[in-house]
Amino acid sequence: MTVSQTSFGSHEPVLDVKNLTVKYIGDTRSTTAVDNVSFSIGAGEVFGLAGESGCGKSTIANSIMRLLKDPAKIAAGSISFGGRNVLAMSQDELRRFRWQDVAMVFQSAMNSLNPVLTIGEQMADIFTTHAGYSRQESLRRAAQLLELVRIDPGRLKSYPHQLSGGMRQRAVIAMAVALKPSLLILDEPTTALDVVVQQEIMAQIKDLQRELGFSVLFITHDMSLMVELSHRMAVMYGGRIVETAKAQDIYTTPGHPYTQALMGAFPPLTGPRVPLKGLPEGVKFQNIPDLTEIAPGHFVAPFDAEAAVFEGAAQ
Amino acid sequence: MSHTVHSPTRPDVSTRTPALEVRGLGKSFHTGGLFSSQTVRALHHVDLTIGRGEIVALVGESGSGKSTLARCVARLEKPSEGAILLDGVDVLKRDRFQASRTFRSRLQMVFQDPFGSLNPVHRVEHFLRRSLVIHGKGGSGRRGTEEQTRHRLEELMTTVGLQADMLNSYPHELSGGQRQRVAIARALAVEPQVILADEPTSMLDVSVRIGVLNLMRKLRDEQGISMLYITHDLASARYLADRTAVMFAGEIVEEGESLDLLANPAHPYTQLLVSAVPDPARAGSYDPVQRARLRQAVMASTTCRFEGDPGQRCSAEEPVRHQVGDPLDRHWVRCHLYRPGAGGGHALSTEPQPAT
Repeated sequence: MTVSQTSFGSHEPVLDVKNLTVKYIGDTRSTTAVDNVSFSIGAGEVFGLAGESGCGKSTIANSIMRLLKDPAKIAAGSISFGGRNVLAMSQDELRRFRWQDVAMVFQSAMNSLNPVLTIGEQMADIFTTHAGYSRQESLRRAAQLLELVRIDPGRLKSYPHQLSGGMRQRAVIAMAVALKPSLLILDEPTTALDVVVQQEIMAQIKDLQRELGFSVLFITHDMSLMVELSHRMAVMYGGRIVETAKAQDIYTTPGHPYTQALMGAFPPLTGPRVPLKGLPEGVKFQNIPDLTEIAPGHFVAPFDAEAAVFEGAAQ
Repeated sequence: MSHTVHSPTRPDVSTRTPALEVRGLGKSFHTGGLFSSQTVRALHHVDLTIGRGEIVALVGESGSGKSTLARCVARLEKPSEGAILLDGVDVLKRDRFQASRTFRSRLQMVFQDPFGSLNPVHRVEHFLRRSLVIHGKGGSGRRGTEEQTRHRLEELMTTVGLQADMLNSYPHELSGGQRQRVAIARALAVEPQVILADEPTSMLDVSVRIGVLNLMRKLRDEQGISMLYITHDLASARYLADRTAVMFAGEIVEEGESLDLLANPAHPYTQLLVSAVPDPARAGSYDPVQRARLRQAVMASTTCRFEGDPGQRCSAEEPVRHQVGDPLDRHWVRCHLYRPGAGGGHALSTEPQPAT
């Protein structure tokens, strides 16, 4: 996997998120799910967003797609896509923006297929609705799409329950890239799948990306998978980005103790068996400051080793 | 963590008998309607031995039968054939219809989902106290005083790395990792010899998974508890387990010392699993051609690497075990030529083939 993209140069970023703050407003108190987060994704770049459940990574994805519902509210910041302000789009603009410009594959995407329609009907639907093709032409293109993800086009007549989980996930990915979006958001695309199938689907996404040239926002908690697939990545904790750099840099020299803990959570497959620590139960980082650059392109939130708060930990 | 080392109350009478032995275990499920005689074979002729104080990992994809094996051993499911020996006693013969209390006090289970396995209306203390009362493990004697019970409860909490005042917490007040620790403490309360852990970390946040694995290792080291660790995560199996067994379509196809098995996988299915683990150290190693060849070998292999070896004869009819490498590693692989008669469908057979 070579990092040969032009994302670090002068190229205009496809997606630019600046100082994004999202709050969940309650009756008595509100929670800040995403706190002053900034990042950008270049053309053809795979950008990874790592973090554990509840750190705000899915909230960011939903903000970009403008899918946030009450009580979530974007309190501050801007999201621009190809120079356009996403937050100011009207409903009509959004309809075109979603799927044509940005497509998203959800975690349980394979369950988002309609069980009473055949795969072919659902795929042809995209073309008749969004591109205005005739039914015949739409079906022809749907068959091409299936071939793209290496499913036999004869499966167009199958219902979702007749396909395996991996095939359904492939079909959904094919549908996501149907209209050649310039950004694909993958929110934990393979967590529900077996390891063997997972790797093949990731390789396929990689191939598609090379072929069609879209950018990817890849969200997962699996650091090994992310390092293998992304060019650049950011690690999130409690709504803040604690570290961002090239994936290889984060792998070789993780700067923040939380990143180190995440890296240490995956035992290696080779070499001697060494005891790993992970993150001790109850350790909390609080008041994470803004990022500072420790090496070219490598940003880490400064931390004080003493200040990591141990809460409720049995030490 | 804790420094209280709970001394084993049961002296090891005979260290030679394995803690748990499974012989020729099989399980079929009926499918179709009430009058249908169709069955799906979930387990077929499984042999597995867990020595005293040994951690054995059982790895495989979903649907390979690893959870069915655990459920059969825990007597939550009635095996169709075979024997389960705990301490050398065939428990299926001794307690014919359901598990006895003696059996339960020697073998405990930790489940995958700590959010589902703890009743939300009770405090942590309730779960642990109930285990102690039911199995008469209140204090040092058969029936302990309240003070002894209290002491034991606190001891259990410290053992699993939780604070004693969390006894008053409800499950919803705890994080996933803490809940799984409570589930482990509940299993420990009855002082079992064997713990079956079915994917105990897969529902937990990644950063606390290692902590739970370390806890399991500590329990083995300090209390000599044997464990069957069921997982789909090869890296964690390698990290925790002394030996690893690989399950495919209801049968164990390869078994050996964990480091050796993952370094020199002999069965194509094990090779497929190992090659699928994401590892940044070998990024870009994915090779579709190699992958297609492995799949082919898994689904219909025509050659066996031991073919023509006079010491280890191949057989297409019997599931012969070939020894791999040093006998000390106890590493064996099932003959690739062997074709089990009726096998259930497997996920691999329905997945599209990668381009070659």
